[in-house]
Amino acid sequence: MTDVTAPVPSRVVLNHADIDRALTRIAHEILEANKGSQDLVLLGIPRRGYPLAVRLAGKIAAADPSVDASAIVGQLDVTMFRDDLSHQPARPPYPTKLPLSGIDNKVVVLIDDVLYSGRTIRAALDAIVDLGRPRSVRLAVLVDRGHRELPIRADHVGKNLPTSSSEKVRVRVEEFDSVNGQPINEVVIEAGA
Amino acid sequence: MTETASGASTGTFLIRGAAILGGGAEDLLIRDGVIAERGTGLSAEGATVIEAAGLVALPGMVDIHTHLREPGREDAETVETGTRAAALGGYTAVHAMANSNPVADTAGVVEQVHSLGRASGWVDVRPVGAVTIGLAGEQLAELGAMADSRAQVRVFSDDGICVHDPVLMRRALEYVKAFDGVVAQHAQEPRLTAGAQMNEGAVSAVLGLAGWPAVAEESIIARDVLLAQHVGSRLHICHVSTAGSVEIVRWAKSRGINVTAEVTPHHLLLTDELVRSYDPVYKVNPPLRTASDVQALRAGLADGTIDVIGTDHAPHPSEHKECEWAQAAMGMTGLETALSVVQETMIETGLMTWADFARVTSTVPAAIGRVADQGRPLEAGEPANVILVDPAARWTVDPNKMATMGRNSPFAGKELPGAVVATFFKGHPTVLDGKLNTPYRHAADAAGAGSRN
Amino acid sequence: MKHLLSTENLGAADAIRILDTAEEMAAVGDREVKKLPALRGRTVVNLFFEDSTRTRISFEAAAKRLSADVINFAAKGSSVSKGESLKDTAQTLSAMGADAVVIRHWASGAPHRLAATDWIDAAVINAGDGTHEHPTQALLDAFTMRRHWTKLHGSESIGADLSGMRVAIAGDVLHSRVARSNVWLLRTLGADVTLVAPPTLLPIGVEQWPCKVSYNLDETLEAGVDAMMMLRVQGERMNASFFPSTREYSRRWGFDDTRLRALDELGLKDTIIMHPGPMNRGLEISSAAADSPRSTVLAQVRNGVSVRMAALYLLLSGDTREAATTSGAAGTDAARSEKENN
Ligand SMILES: [Zn+2]
Repeated sequence: MTDVTAPVPSRVVLNHADIDRALTRIAHEILEANKGSQDLVLLGIPRRGYPLAVRLAGKIAAADPSVDASAIVGQLDVTMFRDDLSHQPARPPYPTKLPLSGIDNKVVVLIDDVLYSGRTIRAALDAIVDLGRPRSVRLAVLVDRGHRELPIRADHVGKNLPTSSSEKVRVRVEEFDSVNGQPINEVVIEAGA
Repeated sequence: MTETASGASTGTFLIRGAAILGGGAEDLLIRDGVIAERGTGLSAEGATVIEAAGLVALPGMVDIHTHLREPGREDAETVETGTRAAALGGYTAVHAMANSNPVADTAGVVEQVHSLGRASGWVDVRPVGAVTIGLAGEQLAELGAMADSRAQVRVFSDDGICVHDPVLMRRALEYVKAFDGVVAQHAQEPRLTAGAQMNEGAVSAVLGLAGWPAVAEESIIARDVLLAQHVGSRLHICHVSTAGSVEIVRWAKSRGINVTAEVTPHHLLLTDELVRSYDPVYKVNPPLRTASDVQALRAGLADGTIDVIGTDHAPHPSEHKECEWAQAAMGMTGLETALSVVQETMIETGLMTWADFARVTSTVPAAIGRVADQGRPLEAGEPANVILVDPAARWTVDPNKMATMGRNSPFAGKELPGAVVATFFKGHPTVLDGKLNTPYRHAADAAGAGSRN
Repeated sequence: MKHLLSTENLGAADAIRILDTAEEMAAVGDREVKKLPALRGRTVVNLFFEDSTRTRISFEAAAKRLSADVINFAAKGSSVSKGESLKDTAQTLSAMGADAVVIRHWASGAPHRLAATDWIDAAVINAGDGTHEHPTQALLDAFTMRRHWTKLHGSESIGADLSGMRVAIAGDVLHSRVARSNVWLLRTLGADVTLVAPPTLLPIGVEQWPCKVSYNLDETLEAGVDAMMMLRVQGERMNASFFPSTREYSRRWGFDDTRLRALDELGLKDTIIMHPGPMNRGLEISSAAADSPRSTVLAQVRNGVSVRMAALYLLLSGDTREAATTSGAAGTDAARSEKENN
């Protein structure tokens, strides 16, 4: 689908340092809102929400040395809960991995890269219900590009990006993405086709 | 068989400039059922002229192996529809196999089929008589009565079922000597083929379909050529399908055994690889074999080991093919594609000439069936059973456009060379411009009431 | 991949995608809530022309765990008694709005007919056809082997194949759809397969299969085997002279107590013993072997549900062919990111 030989016009809206600053701010907001690190669980939504969750956990641990970053972060796959399964190409679901402490009575913060229609988050809320009963669920996203189709909003936003719906927002994380062989962290807006 | 000379006037036709047996261009003047003249620059006076430049003139084809289904399975084919298909395919005579219902095992049934053929008037219908009562393989049918009947049966076969009892086969071979008959054997050892679905080999192993080993055919042929030699009789082997069968027939002929063999067009072209689709249109008895068998069959036909083409035209209603492979009936239609398939496999490959084609589709099958006025040379004074073929034509097989009621052509969608432009049966054009014209009317029948009851 | 008809034409990428998906499905089976909403509103028909309660309930459990509606259709019509035709049955199911048809049939190729004709437009899953194939059985066998093999090597099962694994399959190969499906799939996954059987129970043409063939079970074990799969043998085959007696069969080709001990003596401590079930204890497998810690018989049953969930999910939610064509890291990730977020 993406023609790498003739990339569509795009502009970088967040670079590596911007992303890092945004995540640092979100980490502090999460601690502030929770009044500390008590009962926090960060669940990243595959694929790019998970590395962001890992980074956030690292920043929370840096701010509060009593926190073991790896013990509060997990991955929540929402594939099987999507409402568009019969229209989308099927793919294997990603693993769902919860922290050992589970999610019952925890404060679960869902982490995703881009918030758009809200349908992914709706699916995530359904997925959580089948896994346990958190005390509360919050939502943190790196980018909110608007155009919501469901009554869902984020508690923590790295950057609000007004976009037209014909544009595409791409989040690139060094864990998965590279340009010319170099791992990269950036957020770009591509013009619509 | 003498109507041609004394029959009603069938008109006068001048075929101008046809390549006789694929040779030089000459004219043929057909008048009152016979070839009146052959030469160049013949007078067209009083004749309907058929411009035949670029066309090949051949003797009307004679099918040694046709299933017309009537009586009993008129939902599959009738004598009328089957012989229309035959005329369109370039045939002027067909041998109607005995596995009708009732079985053609009495003088009454063969005379009925013979009458239906005469009434239809598209080709000569030569009934084949059953070897055993009800094709049951237990007791000889009244072969002599069938031979003496109006149908004058000379070919006897339990086709569809093998005469597997060696004693019964020996007796049949001996008995038909009394009236110059021939036993046409469907070579299939029954115990080796119980439940068999397709050729046994690499493909059946993968598909999980019960295998039909070549040896089941070859062992019967080996036995029967030795029996024919022992009793000094005439044997015909239906639809030879394996390389091993060709070898055995070749060996038998080298020993002077009086055996003839037939191959179907589909076995000259198709292989068991097609079964991978599980489409029952490819289910046939004997089964489609391997590519090396196909090559051996072509070589055997080219060198004369195999004597004739037999279509084994076997129409089935669609519900017998629109089902699971194992449930499906065996058989394929063939009358309207035979010429094209043989042209594709034997002539365009350089293995045979049109003169050879005339030998294997007309002269020899007529001789095997003892059909006196078929398979004759295209010479003055001979009966005018003549076809005109356009060898340059190409067409795509569409079973829905065929005259046969069967839609089970394995060549559906395939482009084939060669088309029958005209068929003259007893001097009458049953096919003109590649389309059915009108049937021939026998003089005796034309005088009396219609013979179809 | 619109249908799952055979493993013969199943590529490595598709096979591994099914096994990987099955791993995630298996994880769901360990949860308190064992149900997923993925196939809500879709209808799966279990169309069985041949009795097989085990296979049917496995597919039924799989479909229900994915929230599909399930219709069980036990069609009459054996090779002897013709019932309603396959065509009529298929058209009936089509009119009922079936999204997937799980078909078990005594005739080889019947699922191919359903898939190839215009009788019905549903996804077709072959649940065993005649003596042809049983692809989900082979997939659950491969799933079971892969878990064993990767655990043994301390490696991740997701994405793994069976390279280097030595698998022996013993029994009535001639009549076995399980053997056929396993031979093709295990070849695709890189395993090293040996078939062991009396020559009468091997098909003509087996020499062209991508495996070794042996008539001697003891020699096969001595050569080293990581998974030993025993096939069900019907005692009635004796009457058609495939072998002289069940006693002689089990002595030469059965996995008996002596051979179970031989595994220890040969140092094959990690070799598993597999059987697709139902077992003929005392014929092709002894009770001690079937119940030994090496036996994966029950794990195979458990894994069957996960593998069938994976197959139903992949066939019924969208078109995998599209996903399969976009390989290559940058393209896939970019496409996926867009899909998930936008
Ligand atoms: Zn026959």
